Amino acid sequence: MNVVVCLKQVPGTTDVKIDPQTNNLIRSGIKNIINPFDTYALEEGVRIKERCGGKVTVISMGPPQAEQMLRESISLGADEAILLSDSAFAGADTWSTAYTLAAAINKLGQYDIVICGRQTLDGDTGQVGPELAEMLGIPLVAYVSRIEEITDRQIQVRRMIDEGHEVIQSPLPAVITVTKEINVPRLPSLRGIARSNSAVIPVWNSQEMGIDPNKVGLSGSFTRVVKVFFPERTCQAEILEGELTDQVDRLVDKLKAAGLV
Amino acid sequence: MEYFLTEQQRTMKSLARRIAEEKILPIRAELDEKEEFPWATIKELANADMFRVFVPKEYEGLGGGCFELALVVEELSRVCSGVAVVYAASALGSFTLMGYGTEAQKRKYLPALASGAKLAAFALTEATAGSDAGAIKTTAEKVDGGYLLNGTKQFITNGGDAEIYTVIALTDKSKGPRGASALLVEKGTPGFSFGKKERKMGIRASSTRELVFRNCLVPEENLIGKPGRGFIMVMKLLDLSRPGVGAQAVGVAQGALEAALGYTEQRIQFGHPLATLPVVQDILAEMAIRVEAARALVYAAARTVDSGVYDYTETSAMAKVFASDVAMKVTTDAVQICGGAGYMKDYPLEKMMRDAKITQIYEGSNQVLRNAIANDLRKRKART
Repeated sequence: MNVVVCLKQVPGTTDVKIDPQTNNLIRSGIKNIINPFDTYALEEGVRIKERCGGKVTVISMGPPQAEQMLRESISLGADEAILLSDSAFAGADTWSTAYTLAAAINKLGQYDIVICGRQTLDGDTGQVGPELAEMLGIPLVAYVSRIEEITDRQIQVRRMIDEGHEVIQSPLPAVITVTKEINVPRLPSLRGIARSNSAVIPVWNSQEMGIDPNKVGLSGSFTRVVKVFFPERTCQAEILEGELTDQVDRLVDKLKAAGLV
Repeated sequence: MEYFLTEQQRTMKSLARRIAEEKILPIRAELDEKEEFPWATIKELANADMFRVFVPKEYEGLGGGCFELALVVEELSRVCSGVAVVYAASALGSFTLMGYGTEAQKRKYLPALASGAKLAAFALTEATAGSDAGAIKTTAEKVDGGYLLNGTKQFITNGGDAEIYTVIALTDKSKGPRGASALLVEKGTPGFSFGKKERKMGIRASSTRELVFRNCLVPEENLIGKPGRGFIMVMKLLDLSRPGVGAQAVGVAQGALEAALGYTEQRIQFGHPLATLPVVQDILAEMAIRVEAARALVYAAARTVDSGVYDYTETSAMAKVFASDVAMKVTTDAVQICGGAGYMKDYPLEKMMRDAKITQIYEGSNQVLRNAIANDLRKRKART
């Protein structure tokens, strides 16, 4: 079973600032981490390998410093990791990110399952996984919370929906995106850390993947971030004071007036 | 203080800390309360390769020594001494095999101990033989095909939960301690059963149990080293393991110092945080000095053991005695400056104080070890 896991490096904080010029996140000076949802994808990939044999290849599109995260993924059980890095990739939206990842997966060739986290902590769209499946021309199951069965040709999973869950069977290869309910990611091991320290992380650029430079990065993106803002607060709280019984009477009047009771 | 750790040592220490904080801290009060063996935590430690730390590389270990073991034990003990003891006791149960075992014995047992799939234990103490370890009565009578073990071992850490036991027994009763030998006994061997499980004051996550041998036939190939050398091996083993107890003591003292500092920084009395009161600062500073001094001595002793010098009885005993006395003093003072809160089970300090006490007692009580140190002093004096 050849497993491909897509990881993204994200700022390890919720206190992010927006660049007023580009409307993108300011990433410098912030400690980066593996996107938390992707850690579940990696763990699930490693568990599939442990159950079925094969190998786990991790890919990530990002700047050169994302190499550190890829090393960490090896300490957590990945067999190899490839960094997709090229100045032309900068400013990519979800479509051109998925396009780049798909090109890398096609270059890898043999794969049985591609696993992504349900969404990222920073971009928060949850679109890359589904777009990736579309571009690879294979089935997608999103929000997977449990893999019930996996064979060479087929997978049966439980996927979360608003009212509960669905059980879905899909032929392989397929893309799944996973939720945090699927597992508890392991901590690294000492031998894994030693392996990750000496691992060679290849870097692939657009030329090596043989892709159209016009379809990647900002120039390949269909979307632009026009504005980022906090929604204006429109609701206002009113605090009633005075005697308790009086307060209750006034509250009931107000609720009646608002047509709520 | 800078202890000049190698990159690998730093990695071991920081991963041990991470496991302690992420996996042990959330359940330590429960483990203590229920006196439950921490299997889930042991699995975490095993998955992280922590049991490989003290096993030679040829047997699927990472080739660390007494010092690396001490680093891991300290970090685990900083959060929970009970878990740290389970881990350290498996090392103790493996050391005799590692030091004196045959190639075949090491190949057979060490890989499973290194992976953490199996735990080891060491069995010396008996009802009549505590500090007076030479008074053991368990016998291992030479018979056709091996040794027939008879007797009862007491207060055995990991008893019942370990798979592999290093048992010290008399192969020649007439010679007393000089007739003692070390045998590897596997759990499940006919005639080997477990007796009473002890209820303890501290380190309650660890199991402490009686081992009962009734005509238990141990194959001859399970004898470690030469017959009659058991007692000498034990003395060497304990010299080797004592810095580990010192590390356990440093860990619990460090944990208590941090918890006390955290509480006294927050607790407002007389309009100020307790930690700003000179009398409290005096105690905090004293705690910090002692913890660091104990750590420096334990690290130096562990490195001395690993250096290959022949005799380190005195060094190793000094580290254990000093660090354990520090642990008792520091945890007691930590409870004191945190007042009522320190005494309550909602806070970790009373547990730390209970956990600290054992470090002054086991692997040679501090009184016995002071005696040994004084004997070494006198012997040296007599030689000069």
